Amino acid sequence: MSEQVTGAQSLIRSLEAAGTTDIFGIPGGAILPAYDPLMDSTIRHILVRHEQGAGHAAQGYAAATGRVGVCMATSGPGATNLVTPLADAHMDSVPLVAVTGQVGASMIGTDAFQEADIRGITMPITKHNFLVTDPAEIPRTVAEAFYIASTGRPGPVLVDVAKSALQATTTFAWPSELNLPGYRPVTRPHSKQIREAARLILEARRPVLYVGGGCIRAGAARELKVLAELTGMPVVTTLMARGAFPDSHPQHLGMPGMHGTVAAVAGLQRSDLIISLGARFDDRVTGNLDSFAPGARVIHADIDPAEIGKNRAVDVPIVGDCREVISDLVVALTAEADAGHTGDYEGWVEFLAGVKKKYPLGYDVPAGELAPQYVLERLGAIAGPEAVYCAGVGQHQMWAAHFVGYEHPNTWINSGGLGTMGYAVPAAMGAKVGRPDATVWAIDGDGCFQMTNQELATCAINDIPIKVAVINNESLGMVRQWQTLFYNERYSNTDLHSKRIPDFVKLADAYGCVGLACESPGDVDATIAKAMEIDDVPVVVDFRVHRDAMVWPMVAAGTSNDDIKYARDMAPKFDDDAELELRP
Amino acid sequence: MNTSNPGSRHTLSVLVENKPGVLARIAGLFSRRGFNIDSLAVGPTEHPEVSRMTIVVNVEDSPLEQVTKQLNKLVEVIKIVELDGSASVNRELLLVKVRADADTRGQVLDAVQLFRAKVVDVSPDAVTIQAVGNSDKLADLLRVLEPFGIRELVQSGMVAIGRGSRSISERTLRPVTVPAPPAAG
Repeated sequence: MSEQVTGAQSLIRSLEAAGTTDIFGIPGGAILPAYDPLMDSTIRHILVRHEQGAGHAAQGYAAATGRVGVCMATSGPGATNLVTPLADAHMDSVPLVAVTGQVGASMIGTDAFQEADIRGITMPITKHNFLVTDPAEIPRTVAEAFYIASTGRPGPVLVDVAKSALQATTTFAWPSELNLPGYRPVTRPHSKQIREAARLILEARRPVLYVGGGCIRAGAARELKVLAELTGMPVVTTLMARGAFPDSHPQHLGMPGMHGTVAAVAGLQRSDLIISLGARFDDRVTGNLDSFAPGARVIHADIDPAEIGKNRAVDVPIVGDCREVISDLVVALTAEADAGHTGDYEGWVEFLAGVKKKYPLGYDVPAGELAPQYVLERLGAIAGPEAVYCAGVGQHQMWAAHFVGYEHPNTWINSGGLGTMGYAVPAAMGAKVGRPDATVWAIDGDGCFQMTNQELATCAINDIPIKVAVINNESLGMVRQWQTLFYNERYSNTDLHSKRIPDFVKLADAYGCVGLACESPGDVDATIAKAMEIDDVPVVVDFRVHRDAMVWPMVAAGTSNDDIKYARDMAPKFDDDAELELRP
Repeated sequence: MNTSNPGSRHTLSVLVENKPGVLARIAGLFSRRGFNIDSLAVGPTEHPEVSRMTIVVNVEDSPLEQVTKQLNKLVEVIKIVELDGSASVNRELLLVKVRADADTRGQVLDAVQLFRAKVVDVSPDAVTIQAVGNSDKLADLLRVLEPFGIRELVQSGMVAIGRGSRSISERTLRPVTVPAPPAAG
């Protein structure tokens, strides 16, 4: 069974045994022994230009495929450069395994060259982490890392391996079972809770399905559609759940929250029952908690018991995997329907349809300039719902969430919880490696793009032909928007001058990519079409857009969702509107 | 430590895997989630692979639920039980060095006897007293000793165990195994 190998060989064999086919990483002193057997492995290693790129690429890979993403780095600075992606994956529940080299066991704690206590540093931002100094522990640790990363609420797991363990001789034996006495995620919902939830759903008059990223990670999109259509309940999908329910579906009210649609925000505010499925009542969704959905009872289903009731008191808690929870709800509600019990939501659905019609997503078209929203609308229309879209963080992210249009899960990938600028390009790279046949667009702001665009070199060299739409408003747009609204238009340090420096078309060219520029609305379709035709090298399109465009609707931070504005100083008026009467 | 509202003090018995770094994980979790630890004691149990922590926290009920849920998420935490004060025995250990010369030694020894404490070290001008009890009893003893002059004191965190014959670690003895990810091709 077991044979003599080096710890490094054991590590690579273990990664293979765990199903790894692709690793994003950079070698260095402490991890160097592992890179030697990697040359003979079936695993494809993609040499990135910065470890942060490796981490986000592994995230994009995991988000696009549902498989565990793997990244590798050396000790010290290599490992600390993974901190941002690990924190990001922790916030957004991305299954990730990060392997780092550590200085030799006898050197640990001596401030040795390139030593950093990465296990200590990453304790609060990983689901779990390990320090391996005994080479015999390598296979079991890798097996546990993959199991923990991918089960329950997914998350990042770091495996720090001392160089001495990589260099030592050991035996390789893949464990047949794991002994994790403290790790028992509950996936099967309790039947009593399901019955109680079904009862509340039938009693409600104004219910809303509040769908979060848990439905994406659980692969619950098909079940969700069945539940929504069975009951006729309106659906909102959070930033992390875009694509879990088709945007084209008439029951879909769009995204809730700070930049949510008026219909989604009003739907939650005026609901009498919120059915939360894999969502966590984040402050960006609820606004001021005390005034959030004041008349709603709450059914909260999540695989993580600690999320339930964390922010909002709950009437029916359900611990379980979202796909199983929704399936069980469908069974319970189908049985009720067969017995003649269905909910009556007619007046509610009609009211929300009226709100949706009266307050659709919209934007101003600046005279002679390019509206960023128009660019994303056209990109979504031309690249289509089968493509994968990765966004950075800021205005472009919100516009991409609203205007592209998503029909399928895992086609919208972004940094939601941590809000990491620079996420898009490396995440798109990872998504493209995981799904080479899909068209993958990174939608990035000019600020974000300048944080991680070095990975264009990785893409060009390794035949990873992603496409990048830079929404270039030559500023840190979201911060600038807040300065416009809340700081009397005093634009402190938000002007990037990026229509001048750097020249993104030349930058793309220098990186071996095709660079295109587009400044006028009339050229948008042709430019996107041209980018779509190029499939052998990465493409970067510099969309030079109107810099004063703002993200609407908006609920100002810390205020009530009732104070939503759908444009500057424009608040929807439901109560005085005869057309929008909410029948009891 | 003894002045806090007793209604919001809770004693948690936490069984953890005896692995390096577990204490750091738990302490870190308390500090970053903004929970205050009143006292913490760690030690071995009847199972060599399991350690037991007794953590006294001062929180309202709703954050306490968050504390336990967040603790439960730690992979190395096996089980958490809240021990009810009346259904459990809880003890702290106190070592205190009290000024005691020929004139006062007799009075100090009286106090020691009264509290069923023990003298564990004697020198010409001081005695070191060992006392075991709940925090109220130890506070009372200190109040009596204070007038003589307390030169140094050290006190352990509370350890606690449920009354009756049942054990909180019984069920954790059963190995919980899960299939490892299948070895690829």
